[in-house]
Amino acid sequence: MPSYNLQINGISHTVDADPQMPLLWVIRDLVGLTGTKYGCGIAQCGCCTVHFNGNPVRSCSIPVSSAVNQKITTIEGLSPDNSHPVQRAWIAEQVPQCGYCQSGQIMAAAALLKTKPNPTDEDINLLMERYICRCGTYPRIRAAIKTAAKLASTT
Amino acid sequence: MRTTNQDISRRNFIRLSGMSGGALVIGFYFPAWAAEKGELITAENAEPQGIELTSWVSIDKTGKVTLLSHRAEMGQGAFQAVPQMIAEELEVNLDQVNIVFAPGDQKKFGSQVTGGSSTVRESYKRLLQTGAAAREMLIEAAAKKWNVSKEECYAENGQVIHRPSGRKFGYGELVEDASKLQPPKNIKLKERRDYKVIGKPLPRQDTPLKTSGKAIFGIDKKLPGMLYAVVERSPRFKGKVKSFDDSATKAVPGVKHVMKVGRAVFGYTQEGVAVVADSIWSAMQGRKVLKVEWDDSGFEHLSTEQLYNRMRQDLNKPILLDKAAGNFETAFQKSAKKVEAIYETPYESHSCMEPVNCIANVTENHCEVWGPIQGPDWIQSDLSERLKIPVENVIVNMTFLGGGFGRKAFTDYPQEACIISQAIKAPVQVVWTREDDMTQGPFRPGAVYGCKAGFNEDGRIQAFQTKMAAQDMDLQSPDSDRTAYNSSTVEGLLKPYFDSFPNYSFGDVPTVSPIPVMWWRSVYASTNGFAYESFMDELAHETGKDPLDFRRGYLDHDRYQALIDELEEKSAWKARKKNEGWGVAITECFGSIVGEAVKVSRNTNGKIKIDKAIAVMDCGWYVNPDIIRQQVEGSIVMALGAATKHATHFEDGKAIEKNFDVYKMPRIPDIPEIEVHVMENEERPGGVGEPGLPPFAPALCNAIFDLTGKRIRKLPFNLDEV
Repeated sequence: MPSYNLQINGISHTVDADPQMPLLWVIRDLVGLTGTKYGCGIAQCGCCTVHFNGNPVRSCSIPVSSAVNQKITTIEGLSPDNSHPVQRAWIAEQVPQCGYCQSGQIMAAAALLKTKPNPTDEDINLLMERYICRCGTYPRIRAAIKTAAKLASTT
Repeated sequence: MRTTNQDISRRNFIRLSGMSGGALVIGFYFPAWAAEKGELITAENAEPQGIELTSWVSIDKTGKVTLLSHRAEMGQGAFQAVPQMIAEELEVNLDQVNIVFAPGDQKKFGSQVTGGSSTVRESYKRLLQTGAAAREMLIEAAAKKWNVSKEECYAENGQVIHRPSGRKFGYGELVEDASKLQPPKNIKLKERRDYKVIGKPLPRQDTPLKTSGKAIFGIDKKLPGMLYAVVERSPRFKGKVKSFDDSATKAVPGVKHVMKVGRAVFGYTQEGVAVVADSIWSAMQGRKVLKVEWDDSGFEHLSTEQLYNRMRQDLNKPILLDKAAGNFETAFQKSAKKVEAIYETPYESHSCMEPVNCIANVTENHCEVWGPIQGPDWIQSDLSERLKIPVENVIVNMTFLGGGFGRKAFTDYPQEACIISQAIKAPVQVVWTREDDMTQGPFRPGAVYGCKAGFNEDGRIQAFQTKMAAQDMDLQSPDSDRTAYNSSTVEGLLKPYFDSFPNYSFGDVPTVSPIPVMWWRSVYASTNGFAYESFMDELAHETGKDPLDFRRGYLDHDRYQALIDELEEKSAWKARKKNEGWGVAITECFGSIVGEAVKVSRNTNGKIKIDKAIAVMDCGWYVNPDIIRQQVEGSIVMALGAATKHATHFEDGKAIEKNFDVYKMPRIPDIPEIEVHVMENEERPGGVGEPGLPPFAPALCNAIFDLTGKRIRKLPFNLDEV
């Protein structure tokens, strides 16, 4: 089985995997970071979202062979202590219920704020409509993104 | 043989919770299981007598408080509400409290099935008393140390304080002495006006775990040497494995075993072929090349069309009577004005974001499982019976659940994991793919409702009838008594209506189908509510009355009138213009009453847009208003999905919708502004997780009628096509 070197949260990991193995399962089962979740396997729900060089991607639909030479960030790498403005906003607005989709939602929101530091409702809709939350935390996700924008601009 | 961790003695509790020794451990002892009232007892006193303690609270020498939570956390907030109640009476800061999930054990904890919105309303008295008893014992221990009267002492923020001298002891310094005392007999609980913790919107303690990826869900749990399995499942509900060819599967790197497996689903065995491998991915690859031949004989290959035609025809049959008064038929015939309507609601998948999964490790005469589990005690007894392992050797561990909604209370998926583990003699995690999760059920049953009402000359309802044609969740085994009525046909309806309708009849015609059905958030109320509250709106319209005034006329009860007052005020109901797009609905289930007002409009493209939903929740005495708001918001979103976005359809005995590309979930742009108001009163606590769901769909459809004059009697419907 081929060997791949992956840069995840600033650490280099070497994994032996089938080239077609999705990055999601590599991250979860070979690297052991379980904050990134399996939700649908077909890039519909966004639970598996990680960053490639700061951009949100669906790790369930990216083979490990395409993940080399990318700076991969998972929820565990967003901040060591829940201090990222999006995480702080998520706590302030009490967004999570079951919490399963929230790693993906947070990674998406963090990427959104990089390109749109003061997102409008339309900006939020455009990106965040790709993320499913079965508990229905959407009103708080919207509020928390706006709170995060304020937190990011004041720190 | 290893010892089980079922005996929550102090020693074991301390091990489970990672606490230091010398702790005060206090809980309830139930001399007879299911006895109404238990007795408060400490572990110190219980252990020598061999008493099994239902342990709730434990304080160690560092002052750390640990609680054993007997209920699941699936998003609804039990993980926060349970400690919030105990902390109030114990006089500790919530930051000092940790929670450990209890393993399944019905003998000790009573029912642990986390359903029916029951955690607070069934446990609050015990939790408050336990916290208060521990507090009183700590005060007594301090008073003894100081040699003062305990009346001179009080507890605050994890300390006992001697009022006259200002001397203080931290709880940690008192636990050893306190653990040797007898719990007080007559505990005075705090007055509600003195609450510092209960009733406050305190932030949930599980939130930081869920924003950092640290919360461990079932799917995240790993055991040393654990293998992974996926199961090729019969696409038809009762298909049997005729034969399978695993030659290609076994050639996939990492695949270790291939075996036939079954799980019991309401008296039938749902068969499949498990592929066990060293990773989920390898197991999935092995499954892709597995060839299974199914025997699909001996059961009906239904389509949605056939099923609903049958249910519609069933409305012409006599009902199995659930609840009745007077004589509906005679009164209806004599009515001056008659109204009839038929409503239809779809089958639905639970589609928790965390697909069903479970870890099992079965060794000789011993079984331990871990997973996203809503009903640990039910699963424990089921596994014991099926595996023929004594119940005390069956350990069912709860993790966080990535959604539950009723699906994860069922016993089939742990059973399947156990059968595989037993066969391969290794711990195994069975992961259901999204497609498995969405197509296998159990589903929320769809239903067709026939509603009739007759008015007298004065325009008052004389006669009221609803017939429900639907699968009965309790009648799914081959040996079920098919003459038994469904006792949930009135679920969702406001109770005072029964006193106001002189002649009524509620009942069902049970539909038989191979489709397995199960509780889905708010259960029968989720569909009943749509039919009954849409019908009430039709009746109001037929008599030319304002929909809220019309309901008021049949709700001779202050509590219900107060809720309508609040809903009227918060929605500025009386200031609305005619046909502006406002609708209301009010339902009652799981001990709570919820009214919702919905506002719709047409956007510039002429399409219906939901502008706003205003909910008023009356759940009586409550613990955390922010969790209530979360739950009502979530219930509204889930109801919006089931009303306007998704449904499970069947064709040729199979579920059609397999994943989120076709089972369309509500997404952020679909969500209206949601306002939640909580009633303040002295009523007993009611449920919070479910009761906000049933009124949304009827309120929405009533609003659409107000705007467009179009009645929607069948769900789901496409907002863009109204």
